[in-house]
Amino acid sequence: MASPESAVNGPTMTAGAASKSLRNAFGGVIAFIILVLIGVLAFSIRLFSVIKYESVIHEFDPYFNYRVTQFLSKNGIYDFWNWFDDRTWYPLGRVIGGTVYPGLTLTAGTIWKVVNSLNIPLSVETVCVFTAPIFSAFASWAAYLLTKEVKGPGAGLTAAALLAMVPSYISRSVAGSYDNEAVAIFALVFTFYLYIKTLNTGSLFYATLNALAYFYMVCSWGGYTFIINLIPMHVLLCIVTGRYSSRLYIAYAPLVVLGTLLASLVPVVGFNAVLTSEHFASFLVFIIIHVVALAYYIKGILSPKMFKVAVTLVVSVGLAVCCAVIAILIAVVASSPTKGWSGRSLTLLDPTYASKYIPIIASVSEHQPPTWPSYFMDINVLAFLVPAGIIACFMPLTDSSSFVILYIVTSVYFSGVMVRLMLVLAPAACILSGIALSEAFNVLTRSIKNRKKEKENVEKKPTPSKTEKRLLVLPLEASVIAVLLLVLLGAFYVVFSVQVHCVWAAAEAYSAPSIVLTSHSNDGGLHVFDDFREAYSWLSHNTDVDDKVASWWDYGYQTTAMANRTVLVDNNTWNNTHIATVGTAMSSPEKQAWEIFHSLDVKYVLVVFGGVVGYPSDDINKFLWMVRIGGGVFPHIKEPDYLRDGQYRIDAQATPTMLNCLMYKLSYFRSDFIPIHKTDGKGFDRVRRTEIGKKHFKLTHFEEVFTTHHWMVRIYKLKPQRNRIRGKTKKSKSSRSVSSKRDVRGKRNPWH
Amino acid sequence: MEASLRAQRTAALLIFAFLSLLAVSSSAAQEIQILNAERRIDLSSQIAIVFLTLKVENTGKAAASEVLLSFPPTEADHLAEVKAQAASGKKRKKTHVPLDVKPTDVPDAPKGAKCFRIALLNPLSPGETSTIEVLYMLTHSMEPFPAEISQSEPQLVYYRDSAYILSPYRIKQQTTFIKTPSTNVLSFSRVEPTNRAGMELKYGPYEDRPAYSFSPVLVHFENNNPFAVVEELVREVEISHWGNLQITEHYTLAHGGAKLKGVFSRVDYQSRPGASGVSSFKNLLARLPARVHSVYYRDEIGNISSSRLRTDSRKSELEIEPRYPLFGGWKSTFVIGYGLPLEDFLFESTDGKRYLNFTFGCPLSGTVVDKLTVKVVLPEGSKDPSAVVPFPVEQHMETKYSYLDVVGRPVLVLEKKNVVPEHNTLFQVYYSFNPVFMLAEPLMLVSTVFFLFAACVAYLHIDVSIRKR
Repeated sequence: MASPESAVNGPTMTAGAASKSLRNAFGGVIAFIILVLIGVLAFSIRLFSVIKYESVIHEFDPYFNYRVTQFLSKNGIYDFWNWFDDRTWYPLGRVIGGTVYPGLTLTAGTIWKVVNSLNIPLSVETVCVFTAPIFSAFASWAAYLLTKEVKGPGAGLTAAALLAMVPSYISRSVAGSYDNEAVAIFALVFTFYLYIKTLNTGSLFYATLNALAYFYMVCSWGGYTFIINLIPMHVLLCIVTGRYSSRLYIAYAPLVVLGTLLASLVPVVGFNAVLTSEHFASFLVFIIIHVVALAYYIKGILSPKMFKVAVTLVVSVGLAVCCAVIAILIAVVASSPTKGWSGRSLTLLDPTYASKYIPIIASVSEHQPPTWPSYFMDINVLAFLVPAGIIACFMPLTDSSSFVILYIVTSVYFSGVMVRLMLVLAPAACILSGIALSEAFNVLTRSIKNRKKEKENVEKKPTPSKTEKRLLVLPLEASVIAVLLLVLLGAFYVVFSVQVHCVWAAAEAYSAPSIVLTSHSNDGGLHVFDDFREAYSWLSHNTDVDDKVASWWDYGYQTTAMANRTVLVDNNTWNNTHIATVGTAMSSPEKQAWEIFHSLDVKYVLVVFGGVVGYPSDDINKFLWMVRIGGGVFPHIKEPDYLRDGQYRIDAQATPTMLNCLMYKLSYFRSDFIPIHKTDGKGFDRVRRTEIGKKHFKLTHFEEVFTTHHWMVRIYKLKPQRNRIRGKTKKSKSSRSVSSKRDVRGKRNPWH
Repeated sequence: MEASLRAQRTAALLIFAFLSLLAVSSSAAQEIQILNAERRIDLSSQIAIVFLTLKVENTGKAAASEVLLSFPPTEADHLAEVKAQAASGKKRKKTHVPLDVKPTDVPDAPKGAKCFRIALLNPLSPGETSTIEVLYMLTHSMEPFPAEISQSEPQLVYYRDSAYILSPYRIKQQTTFIKTPSTNVLSFSRVEPTNRAGMELKYGPYEDRPAYSFSPVLVHFENNNPFAVVEELVREVEISHWGNLQITEHYTLAHGGAKLKGVFSRVDYQSRPGASGVSSFKNLLARLPARVHSVYYRDEIGNISSSRLRTDSRKSELEIEPRYPLFGGWKSTFVIGYGLPLEDFLFESTDGKRYLNFTFGCPLSGTVVDKLTVKVVLPEGSKDPSAVVPFPVEQHMETKYSYLDVVGRPVLVLEKKNVVPEHNTLFQVYYSFNPVFMLAEPLMLVSTVFFLFAACVAYLHIDVSIRKR
């Protein structure tokens, strides 16, 4: 299997074989060049964001990764492992070294170090921006290797080309999108490749590499649990369908042992690698494969009659032991509240789980189930090619092709649960579409190939298989060519339209960095809305280094990375109570909000407001989630108080609770004085398309310190506490009310 | 033994030098008087620009070769630039010859006063008169008062000076004019005769003041001009002999005027631009050389999109807006980078050395730079760099590693504090360079690729397996 060409060509060097080996050599060179071109394509199609916008880190999570990489490159690996970050989750802080998947950071940090030791003065930011495109080239090469193992190099090249430009993957790996998925997809596909390679060769060398690739995947992304569940499923499938072999054992057993040991070295996984339910399947299958291996071994040394006796003995004893073990396992698992599963994994198994119990997971848009258009948008015609690929995998069904089928089936399910996991589906869809296209071409060009061979080997006796094949192909040569042309045209149309769609998606849909917005003005000019960076830059230069900034958690990572200020909550969302505290403050009246923020040493409050320029994903539109999450922990915040007849509105019909809450006031403070709104009537909100409900109000506990050019970010400062005046009658009363409030909150807030 | 002897000798030398200096200066101080002095102080920007015209007469017996200037201690720290020129001829056909100005010590000067020595072109023989024009600039000499203002208030500043010119000589007649940027002068000290007319204050004429006369005056007036202060500017000029001069400028910009108190309201700022935030500024103009290319303007978190570049054949103008308007006390940092064709700035001198001819100061117009560092990165392999700068600067060498460097590039670092636009003059850096070094980097690349291929070929042709096939 390792080198079939040499095995064929080596002993019999006839003239035909020589020309064939030459053709193979040319084929190898051409395949190599095509692979290089695919790599270039994968890299360059992701550069639209740099060309159209700028070389900048995108969105939210990448800013955190960028900040961690900066820390790593500045302070070194040991400080990185021990990094306790006091700039976030104030006053709790966060142990970054122990809670982050370090793969991406270490990769980019290593690249940066190597490049700088070669005296190439690249900044950390540049390296981070281009990590994702580089690794998507690697991922398409890995897809080539994997598909080659399954269905040969032709399918491999097609799959690689498709993966290089599938929009679903582009969306997560454009230049600047410096997120875990950027390297994780490469690691995922490469691990699968090594698994299949081991399965095909039975080589312990590849098995070891496989464990290392799995280790890299564990370092990179929480999605590694997909591997450690999918491979056992495949092994189980092989055993059940009677395909057990020593190669399967070598492919699986070292992976579990070595892989689990290596995985537990990653601080964020640690003992979870043996304790949580996500990993149980692998151990269960590990036991099963040993039982099966033992059975096969015993079967080999015993006579059939003895074996039957042994089986009945072992089965009766084994069943009893198994029942006991399983009972214990179930008891252990059931004793833990989440049954040993993490929230996100449970959401995968039960799609309604998050919306019922964890609003914070449900509030993230990428955790929503996808719609049909998003399937077409993200994988385009691949969705229609996949079934053909599955059929191609069934003829003939091998160990490796059954794995690919299993992969596509599971990933289709997962992508249906969370739109984010469309990313896992993308490589599978590309591999199967590659197989489908390649098989189709194979079938359709068979007649041409056969005719050539016929001309070459006129004297040679035609082998029976060839005649069979020729019979399968159409007998009439003219129709052969016609059909061929038609189908080729069709195939090219498919490929071409896919390409157009992919380029369009890469250029238009997925390249926006989301911290910079652009719009085209009527005269064709480009108008740039750079308000986010304006605000972060202002914060970083004009406030004290240790000031605390409160905002909704979406902007936490960006604030720490760009403004270098301490935040209360960020996109890591590990502490629901803390987020709920901020949500409660935002949905409380000014005085209560001031008290909550003051108790957390907050100096500035940042809100995002799109009402002036029509930016729809602002804080007012996210506000109901703040209310829900806040109300989930602090029951005095009730969602119905903010809704009028079940409708969320901010106009004159809005409820008084809504009109008096902090978020409303900070968003709309003095926005009704904007001169550009003269034509619209005073206080018109362009996102909600209504006139705001409460105008001309004053703030008592906050003061505006900065508003960006397009009003998208507004920063307020908490007013200092009033001086206490001795001998005032109010004093005792107010102090009493404050203390009573603290008592009430003492019950709710865990750290008071 | 030997060391102590040498120390003694140097000490003796020093004492001798000091004594001779004393003798020269004291004699000079005695025998010159100023017949007429006119001082015009321009306070319309953040920099106080002072024109001083002195008519000097030698009353002594010997010829005088130099004239002394002195400044009070409050001005001494803020003094950015002192220039002098000799004027000769009548009004229309006036010719100006620049004179050499050097700082010096005068023993009988008041404590803290700083003195400069102007070397005359031709020694002034007894009884002869000569006219000297002096230009000096003071930075940070206007103190905002009140120090904190709200968004709607104008910016008011104090300016302190002396009604009499501080001079080591007797001045027969003197007048001082102070020009304020607006007619809004809240108060000014009176040292009779004092007059105010529109935007001009006139102190004097004062007759026959002895040496080192001093009478402090205080002017309180409105100055809404942008107090754009570059706290630190690092200009890196990188020479590539392949035809490009790359300039990278790192700015730390601050508003040095009255601090903003309390609220910043965007509504007021946008709807009433004339009445709100009058002392703030939101754009700056950078004057760049002609034929500038690949200009970028960014900061540590990315591109700043608000800039405009205008180029013509003689100059380029880059209009930049910081991310947010700067109010008093606010800061901002940014980087401007651009490339220039090398042939406009690099020349070969007669002795075979190459030299770079480039401007020294800050390209932003109307700004004060507190600390300017100019780094000239020479190509790898350059030797003996030396700088010729028309004013005193601190110099030292560094090494920088960039693309494909092995031994590193020599960097000549020039540092100067308190830089004003007047310092935008040319300076030269001479260095010697062997053109063979230009080939080093391409050869390195070629050989790397060659060895890579050689290794590939070798690997494919060598059987490394232990077992024979």
